[in-house]
Amino acid sequence: MSNSKRGIIKRIKNMLSNKEISCKELTEKYLSEIKKSNLNAYVTVCEEKAYKDAEKIDEKISSGEELNFLEGVPMALKDIISTDGIETTCCSKILSGYKPIFDATVWKKLKQNGAVLLGKLNMDEFAMGSSCENSCIGGAKNPHNINHVSGGSSGGSASAVAGNIAAYALGTDTGGSVRQPASFCGVVGLKPTYGAVSRYGVIAYASGFDQVGPIAQTVEDVSLVFDAISGYDFHDSTSNPNVKMKTFNGINNDIKGLKIGIPKEYYDGVDEKIKLSIEEAVKVYESMGATIEYFDFPEVKYSLPVYYILACAEATSNLARFDGVRYGYRTEHYKDINEMICKTRSEGFGPEVKRRILLGNYVLSSGYYDSYYKKAQNLRAVIIKAFDRAFEKYDVLITPTSPVTAFECNKKFSNPQEIYLADICTVPVNTVGIPGISVPCGFDSKGLPIGMQILGPKFSESKLLNVAHKYETFTDYKNNKCVEMGVRL
Amino acid sequence: MSYDLVVGLETHVELLTKTKIFCGCKNSFGSEPNTNCCPICIGLPGTLPKLNREVVNFAIKAGLALNCKINLNSKMDRKNYVYPDLSKAYQISQFYTPICKNGYVELSSGKRIRIHQIHMEEDAGKLVHKSGDVYVDYNRGGVPLLEIVTEPDISSSEEAREYVEKLQMIMRYIGVSDCKMQEGSMRCDVNVSVKPEGSRVLGTRTEIKNMNSITFMTKAIDYEYKRHVAVIESGEKVVQQTLRYVESTNSTESMRSKEDAQDYRYFGDPDLVEINLDDLYIEQIRNTLPELPTNRFKRYTNKFGIPEKDALLIVKYKNVSDFFEAASAGLKNPKAVSNFIIGQIFRNIETETEREKFEILVSPKQLHELVKLIEDGKINMNLAKKTFSKMLESGKDVTDFISEDDMKGISDNEIEALCREAVSKNEAAAKDYLSGKEKAIKAILGYVMKATKGKGDALKIEKKLVEIINQ
Repeated sequence: MSNSKRGIIKRIKNMLSNKEISCKELTEKYLSEIKKSNLNAYVTVCEEKAYKDAEKIDEKISSGEELNFLEGVPMALKDIISTDGIETTCCSKILSGYKPIFDATVWKKLKQNGAVLLGKLNMDEFAMGSSCENSCIGGAKNPHNINHVSGGSSGGSASAVAGNIAAYALGTDTGGSVRQPASFCGVVGLKPTYGAVSRYGVIAYASGFDQVGPIAQTVEDVSLVFDAISGYDFHDSTSNPNVKMKTFNGINNDIKGLKIGIPKEYYDGVDEKIKLSIEEAVKVYESMGATIEYFDFPEVKYSLPVYYILACAEATSNLARFDGVRYGYRTEHYKDINEMICKTRSEGFGPEVKRRILLGNYVLSSGYYDSYYKKAQNLRAVIIKAFDRAFEKYDVLITPTSPVTAFECNKKFSNPQEIYLADICTVPVNTVGIPGISVPCGFDSKGLPIGMQILGPKFSESKLLNVAHKYETFTDYKNNKCVEMGVRL
Repeated sequence: MSYDLVVGLETHVELLTKTKIFCGCKNSFGSEPNTNCCPICIGLPGTLPKLNREVVNFAIKAGLALNCKINLNSKMDRKNYVYPDLSKAYQISQFYTPICKNGYVELSSGKRIRIHQIHMEEDAGKLVHKSGDVYVDYNRGGVPLLEIVTEPDISSSEEAREYVEKLQMIMRYIGVSDCKMQEGSMRCDVNVSVKPEGSRVLGTRTEIKNMNSITFMTKAIDYEYKRHVAVIESGEKVVQQTLRYVESTNSTESMRSKEDAQDYRYFGDPDLVEINLDDLYIEQIRNTLPELPTNRFKRYTNKFGIPEKDALLIVKYKNVSDFFEAASAGLKNPKAVSNFIIGQIFRNIETETEREKFEILVSPKQLHELVKLIEDGKINMNLAKKTFSKMLESGKDVTDFISEDDMKGISDNEIEALCREAVSKNEAAAKDYLSGKEKAIKAILGYVMKATKGKGDALKIEKKLVEIINQ
């Protein structure tokens, strides 16, 4: 059976429980495939720790204890998620050598669920980018064609999952960083509602936009991981104390009568093949009894400037603490503290991060605040209202995840704006704080995956996963070249 | 030409909350460096602030005590600047929507110094210079502060002194801060400008940062006033800048000019949610407020007839005022209690700190018993004073020094007999008195008082003596 057809997590649970394989053997398989891999998906591999954790699981199995769903499943984390004692660098030189002294809440929760951590995954530096090529170790490659990018910023997460060198992974999504690489690599990625998952211990890019989301082979696996990591966290004031979602049980619900809205503006400038794939997917929903309506959504076009202004402003402030005083990289030669901080930051940050820091400082400066930051905030409110109105009419919206499929590595863009435009389909979700999921819905002429994005109102993750799962069970993956890669179970 | 002085104050007070403003670390002064720290208050990547409810409650208390309007919805903002003692490179403060607005402090003249706003914020750490190296101590990082900002309503250094002292007093009464300027738990930034007398146009201002003593603050204001006037009189313009006060020379020097002023790039902190309050919550906090010093002062002067100077001295220190309240409760003459406090207790404890602490051996109940004996005519003031001195030294009760028998007093007949005896034994003095030397009577009085062991009423006895001598 293909990797993509059934959830890996359930399968691993069965294999471990039936003693078809020990957790240590399973972990060894993954670690050896990671070593062989040319995807550049990992920045740090925790071999010793993974074996130790696997042995503990094996003890539990031999003592006859029942396993939880995620117990003993080898997985990996984007390098932006703090792991106690394990280097966490955001793939930036400026954080080289930094080992946190505490665990991020999401990792703490997975640890309590018995997860086996294989390592930390490659990403665009500080989650800024759409190709993973802004990483200080170079980009993670696309398993479908290693001359193409994995997408970003959670490129390592999508690449590792698609290439079967992690059963699942966590990424973070500030403007599309879970959904876009999931789409590029042909896997499933969920960006949860802002406030559904704790941000504590996740190194901040744009605090008002960042959310941790799972990337996995199937909707079912994404659902299992989401249920484990979501929920209120005392340490994160922006996490919602009133919502506790359990999405897994409703994943097979009937979707007859589902009202799907298709915002026309999302299809401007989108590749023809992508449009076609999504139209076909929508037909599948129609056949299941859903109703489809195309509608005008002019407000959505403001999302991109709003996002880049607000996110860069927050990033400027969030990244100001990296000064070489307390941790991470420090320049070698300096006369005084000012020169130390200047040189450390000049040498420690890459060009894209510097660009966004400058942009953020500009829009917050006195004299410019009102015409940029404040205006963007006001527009953000306008976009939020427009989405509220859309969700009064429709249960979910369907759009492409990206206007293009994975582009070639080292592609030269004429200016940074051109690459920012590639985020046009994903950023509205973060601007508004709603959830969005990307599911594979076909391949382009080069055999590169296409992603369909499903959006719902805040805290509608159960509905989204249900809708996504319905489509997934209907489709097959006969063109998926990655099935034969990595660990085969 | 003469010039008006215009002063506005920004006062930082450190709050006495148990823990810091955004984490669970202990909020205490004087610990070993970097021992009251955690990943949150040293700003490790990925950590998030969590607003301490007690800080909000304290801010509301302060706002109510300073007659402010409490904003039902307020937010925390980030003030961005880079300094090694500021671990996140931004200070979480309130800029766009402070928690309290539009209050005032009333001076003894009746003039009101308006409060523009009060906002909550975190303190930064501290740089420690040691044998040529610089170290950072983050213990103070995340200690909660209130910044209390006045309108430019202050027109003399004396008004500034009174305002700061009043503020100190009120904060201590409501228990939100100990306001110790020497320990840095209260600090003032002073904005000074001058304008031609009566003019409504404000002059260019300068700001003197971080005053940590009231005396230096008044000196700095007086110095700046003279400097501004001299600059203007010489035909030049006052330059807007931030200054530092130099104690040794009693003058100010420039820290940075307007051009070098920091652009703090304020924006709402996305890590923290809006602070939403309702009227009921605020009323509940209002109900926990103690009687404020201004009220007590009015009661002491109007109702008890205590002279203003004395009332001010008692009200100034919460512990003293509380002691007075407890000792005088139920007495006909609370003023006697204040006389004992100011006349005798304060003679032994002279420093501000000692009076603030007010650690004495006598309890309010013991002083109450003593004054009660005077009110009941059982002992006279003279004896009471002597006895109180002994009580203060030993902490013993009044009854340990004065017996029941002593307290019975002395009969008029006995007094008359003693007076006659005294006059006959001091004939020379009696004659002197009759010839016009009025003071001579005191010698005879002394004889009687000695004989009564101080129990007699000196006034009554003197009257009797005059009567006998004149016979």
